[in-house]
Amino acid sequence: MNDEIRRILKEHGRLSVDVQTLTDETDLYQAGMTSHASVNVMLALEGTFDVEFPDRMLKRGVFESIAAIRAAIQELTAKG
Amino acid sequence: MQEPHPNSTSTQHLEVVRRIAQKVAGPAADVVDREARFPHEAIDALKKARMMSALVPAELGGFGCGMVELAGMCESLAQHCASAAMVFAMHQIQVACIVRHGMSQPFFQRYIAELVERQLVIASVTSEVGVGGEMRTSICSVERQGDDFGLVKDASTISYGEQADDLLVTARRAPDAPGNDQALVLVRSPNYTLEKKGGWDTLGMRGTCSPPFKMTSRGNVDQILREPFADIASHTMVPFSHILWGNCWLGIATAAVSRAHAFVRTQARAKPGALPPTAMRLAEASSMLQTMRTNAHDVASECQELMQTQEGTHSLSSIGFALKMNNLKVSSSQLVVQIVNHALLICGIVGYKNDSKFAMGRHLRDAHSAALMVGNDRIYATNASMLLVLKDN
Repeated sequence: MNDEIRRILKEHGRLSVDVQTLTDETDLYQAGMTSHASVNVMLALEGTFDVEFPDRMLKRGVFESIAAIRAAIQELTAKG
Repeated sequence: MQEPHPNSTSTQHLEVVRRIAQKVAGPAADVVDREARFPHEAIDALKKARMMSALVPAELGGFGCGMVELAGMCESLAQHCASAAMVFAMHQIQVACIVRHGMSQPFFQRYIAELVERQLVIASVTSEVGVGGEMRTSICSVERQGDDFGLVKDASTISYGEQADDLLVTARRAPDAPGNDQALVLVRSPNYTLEKKGGWDTLGMRGTCSPPFKMTSRGNVDQILREPFADIASHTMVPFSHILWGNCWLGIATAAVSRAHAFVRTQARAKPGALPPTAMRLAEASSMLQTMRTNAHDVASECQELMQTQEGTHSLSSIGFALKMNNLKVSSSQLVVQIVNHALLICGIVGYKNDSKFAMGRHLRDAHSAALMVGNDRIYATNASMLLVLKDN
């Protein structure tokens, strides 16, 4: 799952650093992801993992690191 | 037409501001507009009434006013002088950022105590030449040297920059930080200089005195708010801005409709029994004004409620809430122009004349600033993108 998340971040996150240099805990916003780019990341995650983020999860904290994104997707797929 | 909304809290403080609006801001409004000068009478009166610290919690020496009450103050002031109202609103937004995000830092605790004591006025330096109006991106950066920093910003506009005591500035956190990794920095006189780069001869909002400046400052790193600007923006700066601005525009619309209403009454009195033709248009304006008022008050109350709890504060950064804030901004900035235009059509030539008591010129010119303060097209584009992931559940 981490590889997929990294691929999506590389493609849509418009980060100012190389995705390979990020740890799971790196703050993606501090790595240059704008709120605009985060919307594209959300869309790509929904498409790739076949999940829908409910509105309560559409906030900054949920997408702030690879670990946070993974936790959110795990929560959604566990329910499904 | 100016009945207070049933949900508005009509407190003592709001009454004080209403009186200042009526007795001080109003009489100076035309000359402030004509000369494009700072509404110093109104701001001095607000300082004397200790309103520059109105939202500072009571335990820190302020009045602890919430969003609803501040919104009411902005509306009242704008009914008489929109420039004074906007200066007041913009200052309160800066104070809100410090009070809600800086109170764990001793420097900012001391600063707020001084602000309460001296009724300091803070201007905002978020705009920058070269970022295309995007508040969440900076080019300039904080340059640290030990415990000190230097910061130079080419600001495309600083409202009341020359009249303010201190400035709250956005900048990249460090020279190697990406454009959106911003910090909010308080720079204090005399440790900054402003070099004026242009004028402020505008269509409206002329008393806000907002020319471009090159700002050069230095200070101690304690003056940097530790929380990322991203959080300060979504939790405080954006909601306070859109709600207080929206209520300033509501004040402009209310004043215009009130003048139009008075005009229709004089027409009706001249021919009792015959409905003046302008009365229909007044009915239409009144309905638009109610829509605008309900929206502005509703979002202010909701935001005030959310800010009171931890859970609520988290939802301030949700896409759903951001969409609501943005909708308030675009809708009220469009309605204010439509409503003032209606009022002008009702009053006709006496509304068109600048020297009549039904003059609409200043209101119309001030109203047109609303769609430009953070351009509506930019906001629509953001909303369009957020709607792609929002599910309405």
